[in-house]
Order: sequence, then structure tokens, then C-alpha cells
Amino acid sequence: MNRGTIRPRLPATSIDPKAAVALTVNGEKVSAEVSVRMLLSDFLRHELGLTGTHVGCEHGVCGACTVMIDGVSARSCLTFAVQASGAEVRTIESVAAEDGGLHPLQEAFRDCHALQCGYCTPGMIMNILSNLESDRPMDLSEEGIRDMLSGNLCRCTGYQNIVAAVRQAADAMAAR
Amino acid sequence: MKPPLFEYCAPRTLKDAVAMLAGDPGAMVLAGGQSLIPAMNMRLASPARLVDIQHVDGLKGISIENGRIVVRAMTRHRELELDEAVFRANPLIREAMAHVAHVPIRNRGTVVGSICHADAAAEMPMVLLATGGSVVPEGPRGRREVAAQEFFQFHMTTTREPDEIVVEAHFPVLPEGAGWAFEEFTRRHGDYAIAAVAAIVEPSAGRVSLAACGVASRPVRLEASEQILAGAELTPERIKAAAEAATDAVSAPDDMHATNAYRRHLLSALVRRAVVKAASRAK
Repeated sequence: MNRGTIRPRLPATSIDPKAAVALTVNGEKVSAEVSVRMLLSDFLRHELGLTGTHVGCEHGVCGACTVMIDGVSARSCLTFAVQASGAEVRTIESVAAEDGGLHPLQEAFRDCHALQCGYCTPGMIMNILSNLESDRPMDLSEEGIRDMLSGNLCRCTGYQNIVAAVRQAADAMAAR
Repeated sequence: MKPPLFEYCAPRTLKDAVAMLAGDPGAMVLAGGQSLIPAMNMRLASPARLVDIQHVDGLKGISIENGRIVVRAMTRHRELELDEAVFRANPLIREAMAHVAHVPIRNRGTVVGSICHADAAAEMPMVLLATGGSVVPEGPRGRREVAAQEFFQFHMTTTREPDEIVVEAHFPVLPEGAGWAFEEFTRRHGDYAIAAVAAIVEPSAGRVSLAACGVASRPVRLEASEQILAGAELTPERIKAAAEAATDAVSAPDDMHATNAYRRHLLSALVRRAVVKAASRAK
């Protein structure tokens, strides 16, 4: 019996609308033509190869995809790449020095054992860094640090060591 | 997951934005996207067209005029939260804002967007209601002003017409000498409220304004409690009576977060705390 061929019913040409985006990522100007529904997280990872930005829940709960947009922390999974056109984006790849020397915050994470699997770490670092770099004073009480970290989920550490790392990094940066 | 297909528009003028929104019955407004994009990623929303209003002239910033804080459509939560003039004019806003999601979300999400999204457990729609504020939708038929009391109809449903863009929200400045408080209960920091209450106590007018969210299909004014407290000395007995009267406002059924009975208990405790705190801050 001839059952015929089963073919997926795909349109001959893509109907996925595209748009040009031009933005600054880690100080470099980049431009591309991307699908308008492409999330900034996917743009960074798939178009630019910046895979340090991690994708966890894709609905804004876990914080793994946190980057800085125009100097403040933001969820790259809750931003379309087209919305970030014209913006300045910073990712985890910009944090260490060019020669590989770690930022005091990264050193603090290493010293305090503030990561195990490391999946949440890039998002944690970008969120904490935006606080460390802002001109507003940080609340370095236990409660204040936990409040700051509350938008980033970590399933390994139990947060104790991350809190300690934030404190060490804040002290190190204040001493500089 | 990934969002479904849509057509993207980025108008520069409000007139164009309204025309683009009105031009497609499946169109939606994109401001900060912190509620809409997760809904699209989860495939709970699939707008045919998104009208991104971030580049529209005249929709940015905050001003305080004629006793109102005018919050334009692209004002991010964080901007309103940190504005010192806003804090002096109405400190209730900053107190409530600390409960709105997390800082990275507040950095992108807009106040007017949250008000239009109208989640029944969200803080900012309830604060707009508590302060007696209003919104200004603009559509092809022109601009109108709608009181918060008339704006919120049901969970995620407002009296905004599909072809209207809310261009401003107006939060009244707190009257001289008024006390304020915002009390919320959640399982985790940054979650939507299981129940939350805002209170404004005006001793000179003998008026107490109370609103709640998380307890019904929309933010609600606690009118029975307001009446008990109106023009009276705020004694512990009277506050207790007002707190008990508030429980009738709870219409939320049992859900995964709390039972109806638990919410009633919670609301009454939060009303008592909020009134006591607001009264202690009143002059």
C-alpha cells in the first residue's frame, strides 16, 4: 500500500519578520539582521557567540541571563534584540581584564567558594556588579545582600558563600 | 521557550503608534516587556503585531504638577522608585515599589505597563487605586482620563480600549501631614502578593484610604473598613473592627498559594498593621 510521502508543511520562504539591529556589546559596535522575535539572550549567544550569558527559565524568574543594558542590570531573556538596538550591553565576558586577570568580584567568588556548578554565576556577577558600580551606597547587611541576590536563583550553594563573596568584593573595591 | 511570530513596529510619534495599534486587532503595546515577553515566551500571549513605544516622543519621564505625579508611559519602575521629588511628594510609592519583582525587572519594566497589565495581585495598580489616581488613555477618538476606580475591571482586564495607549498615570501627591504604609505578604521576596494593603491616614480630614491586592479579581478599595475609621479616633478597638470588616473584600477562591480563609485572616492582619503604621507616620 502506498502511504505517500509525509512532508512537513513549511512555507517556501520564511515569514519570520526580520529587522536590523545595531548596538554596542562590551564596547564593540555590532550590527545584524535578526528575527524580531529573537531574544537578546539568544542574540548574544547565537549571533555573537557570547555564551557566558546563560539561559535558565526564559521567563524572568531565575536571573541566569542577567546582563547590563545601559549600565543597569536587566534580564536578557525578557528583552528582544530589536529593543536593545542603540543600547550599550555588557555581558560577563567584559568583566575580567584582557589578560585574563579576574575582577575583584570574580576573585571573591573563587576565594569564598561562591559557586559549584557555576550556571547561575554569570547572572549573579552582572547583577552584583551593577550594584557595586552604581553611585548609590550598598546595603551590606546580611538582609541587604540577600535582597540584592533575591532575583538570582542558585540551586547549589545555599547562598551563604555568595553573600560572603559580595561582602569581600565590596570591601576590596572600597579599598581600591 | 521562544516567543511566537509577530510583526514589529517602532513608531516615533504617538499619532503613528495609535494608528499602528488600531490598524491590527491582534496588536499589542510593548513598553518594558517584563510581563508581556514572559507571557509570549510561555506562549500564553501571541500578539500579531507589537507596537514598541520606547522611541515615541513625549512618553518619557516624570513631572509633578497640580498636586499630581505624572508618570509617562515609558517611565521604568526603578526611575519612579529612586526619584527624590516623587519620594517627597508621595513616599507610599517607594515603599510599595520595594515589593515589585526584583531590581533587574524594575530596571526595565514600566509603571504604566504594570497598570495596564492589571494583574490582580500586582502592587502598582493597587497603589494607584489607594491614592485615588487615574490614567490617561489616548486612541483614535482622542484622549480621556479614567479614574483608577473605573479602570480596573477584572484580572488583566481594564477599560482601556484595544486601540488606546495609556500615555500617563497620575498619582496624587499625599496631602500635608498624611501618614502612609504598605504591607505585603508573599512566600518569596519579589513574588506577586498573596495579599497586600496600602493605607493613607489623613488626620486633618478624618479620612483613611485603604486598598488591597491579591484578594480579589482586581485591586479593591476596602470601603467598609474606611467607613469604620472615618472621622474617628484610631483606637485599637476601632482598628480591630476595621480589620475584621476588611475580610469581606476577599473573593479569591482557594488556590495553590492560599485558601480563601487564610487570605481573609491575612488581609485583616495586614490592614491592622498598615493602619497602625500609617497613623504613626501622620502628623
